[in-house]
Amino acid sequence: MRLGGFWSIGAVVSSLAAGAAGLGFTASAAAAATPHDTVVMAKQIDDIISLDPAESFEVSGQEVIGNLYDRLLAHDPGDAGQVKGELAQSWSVDDDGLTYRFRLKPGLHFASGNPVTAEDAAFSLQRAVLLDRSPAFILGQFGLTKDNVRERVQAVAADTLVLRTEHPLSPSLVYLCLTAAVGSIVDATLVRGHARDDDLGNDWLKRNSAGSGPFTLRLWRANERYTLEANDGYWGDKPSMRRIIVRHIPEPAMQRLLLEKGDIDYARNLTRDQVAALADQPGIVAQSGPKGGILYLALNTENRALGKPQVQQALKYLVDYDGIAAHIAAPNFKVHQSFLPEGFLGAVTAQPFAFDLQKARVLMAAAKLAKGFTVTLDVQGSSPWIDIAQALQAKFALVGIDMRIAPADLKQILTKYRARRHEMALLTWEPDYPDPNTNAQAFASNPDNSPDAAMKTLAWRNGWDIPELSRRTEEAALERDASARAELYRGLQAEVQESSPYVVMFQQVEVAVHRSNVDGLFIAPAGDVDLYAKIVKH
Amino acid sequence: MVSARDLRRSAADADGGLRRAQRLKRSGRIAGGVVLTLLGLLLVTFVIGRVLPTDPILAALGDRLSGAAYAHARSALGFDKPLYQQFFIYVFRALHGEFGNSVLTSNPVIEDIAHFFPATVELATAATVIGVGLGVPLGVYAAARRDGWADRGIRLVGLLGYSIPIFWLGLVGLLVFYVKLDLVAGPGRIDIGNEDIVTPITGLLLVDSLVEGQWWIFFDAVRHLILPASLLGWYSFAYVSRMTRSLMIEQFGQEYIVTARIKGLTEAAIVRRHAFANILPPLVTVVALSYAGLLEGSVLTETVFAWPGIGAYITNSLLNADMNAVLGATIVVGIVFIVLNLAAELIQPRLDPRAR
Repeated sequence: MRLGGFWSIGAVVSSLAAGAAGLGFTASAAAAATPHDTVVMAKQIDDIISLDPAESFEVSGQEVIGNLYDRLLAHDPGDAGQVKGELAQSWSVDDDGLTYRFRLKPGLHFASGNPVTAEDAAFSLQRAVLLDRSPAFILGQFGLTKDNVRERVQAVAADTLVLRTEHPLSPSLVYLCLTAAVGSIVDATLVRGHARDDDLGNDWLKRNSAGSGPFTLRLWRANERYTLEANDGYWGDKPSMRRIIVRHIPEPAMQRLLLEKGDIDYARNLTRDQVAALADQPGIVAQSGPKGGILYLALNTENRALGKPQVQQALKYLVDYDGIAAHIAAPNFKVHQSFLPEGFLGAVTAQPFAFDLQKARVLMAAAKLAKGFTVTLDVQGSSPWIDIAQALQAKFALVGIDMRIAPADLKQILTKYRARRHEMALLTWEPDYPDPNTNAQAFASNPDNSPDAAMKTLAWRNGWDIPELSRRTEEAALERDASARAELYRGLQAEVQESSPYVVMFQQVEVAVHRSNVDGLFIAPAGDVDLYAKIVKH
Repeated sequence: MVSARDLRRSAADADGGLRRAQRLKRSGRIAGGVVLTLLGLLLVTFVIGRVLPTDPILAALGDRLSGAAYAHARSALGFDKPLYQQFFIYVFRALHGEFGNSVLTSNPVIEDIAHFFPATVELATAATVIGVGLGVPLGVYAAARRDGWADRGIRLVGLLGYSIPIFWLGLVGLLVFYVKLDLVAGPGRIDIGNEDIVTPITGLLLVDSLVEGQWWIFFDAVRHLILPASLLGWYSFAYVSRMTRSLMIEQFGQEYIVTARIKGLTEAAIVRRHAFANILPPLVTVVALSYAGLLEGSVLTETVFAWPGIGAYITNSLLNADMNAVLGATIVVGIVFIVLNLAAELIQPRLDPRAR
């Protein structure tokens, strides 16, 4: 009897399976493409931990915020390092170099219907400083602190915001910093209504939007998806798509299957092989644009061999830049050898280094290390990192450098890196905001090289003591003339290129592969201006 | 003078007392075992969290922290206290169900678990139904036809299910059944257009959609579930059928089976009434363990199928040194494991013919 029970469960299961399969056949035959007014993307979005512009500091989150909010000023994609007014119609700095005035465009409204006023702008910037989350330091550079921000950032009229910096800074630095996600203007009335205790609405704004941008946030579920809906009252050109759905598909191979099947319109994280495999497929198109990430090899100068300038120089000649780009890194990376990514004010695109064994040998001999040395490289265990590491290893071996590869998780590598316990590390650096100061400070500034320094810049992490360059980096942040400033950064990059414990190799390129009936995703070096508003479907 | 009746009563009392004592002892033993297991689990997760070469403050607050902010976070999160104190705080908080917020999702860990665990339960349950529904009868059949073609075939299928990497099977499965044949739906629990229509009650889509009478959501969820559940079910089948087969073969060698044969019972009756009835108690444990194993979440399957389950959640959290989430989820999974084991242990005596 009991056995009979089991047998029949078996029978039920098989018939259930057969039934479901049959059912699937009819159901999915009907559903082929995505709806005509909806764009569906597959993307790795598990890095998002908050969509509050005063808190978000992750690449994927910044992209969402860029589509939900407007800032006073925006990065001008057509002209590197220049800004254009977004909510502001005019902006200026007084002769004292401290007082900035922003005048808002008339008649702007948030998605909620509330008017956009200078009061909202003041609240937003004050809020970012008061909350003091990761991106707060971007505004902190203006000398804004929790104690003084209410008095330094003020609405002096319904349409005029005044911001007073502590020191006379470079105006282009101030303007470009305000284009970052942290400069997003939130609907003060709406956010205040959702504030709990003294959280300034942070808990609510993590999962909701209160902006004036082309889209509003319908839903974000961590590690799963987010859905944006068109803002019907948007003041600019209204988006032609009603809805943008971005689903977290961790596995690139799966993104490819979904794209081929037509269940998604965009696949955002395809690997080199997958992009190549789809290149000739009808109905599928790839688009690409440079991103801000810089891939570099860090050399800890506290290591006896790596501390020698000749060795640092030799390593720069031992990288087969074009070979790695062609066979491993492209199309997700392109050769780039300076610390400012293309698209930034003053970025240098010159490539003084190419693989040159002869030069490297001479330099190694000059360093009295003609026989080479042994060193460990910390690197992420996944592709393309590990493949690049192997390519480096092969070339380094030609001059006797025995490089051991130690694959690890990124956060483990960063833990070691921050504690100066690495020898070599292969890493990417993402700019924190779209102004050259962010990378200059990281790569070319180290005001205090002592073990307990407050600023653990990349130069500090590699034990690179550079009082002179640190001073010049600071100077560049203060230069009031934008073109003179760009010149200062070009000088800094040239110097760091020539002699530094970094082998800068590549700049990140985003490749978005999409169905050919969809177009118009805007990809820019700064993460917060990847825009969905111009996406159209034919 | 003590009467015979008194004697009998006191003997019965003593007997009852003994049984009560035995029951108490048994419950005490089980409860003690549960507490010890939980404490051990807490200790292990704590130690793993501390020996990981990832800085938890860096994991929580990012790489761009200034020295002062770092020190502040370190003391705010309690990492400046001695290790044993940290452990006591950790156990105390765990006992009160306080797992804090997840670094990766910024939600309270309990909320995350309530959201991700049902997805795993749905998948694991479907897989177990498939695995047991096919594994037990075919295991019995294989044992009855030992070394015959059927036996070899069933063993081979089981071996394949056990040894082919599930992520590869998943990809190939999707390629064949989803892309080429269009028989099943793609990754995820449900079609994008059908998301957020069902209000979560249990979190189990199949149940919630039926309760709310949303038939097309139910069928859509089944279409999404069928492939990952079949693959995991294959894996479960491999284990269950093999264990069933060897348990049955062991019974066939026993003398009572020989006796039954001599008595002239039909082979079917021997298999059903004698041998199978006797393997039920250990088989329950096999099934419980297999189910519990699947409830831990299958990271690879969840990743390939973009299934928002607990396995991928724990793994992601662990890789990011998000110890709140790892602790919370591990404790929940641990409790599920213990409860299933306990259930198997309690059911066993009721199934054992000798105990009746």
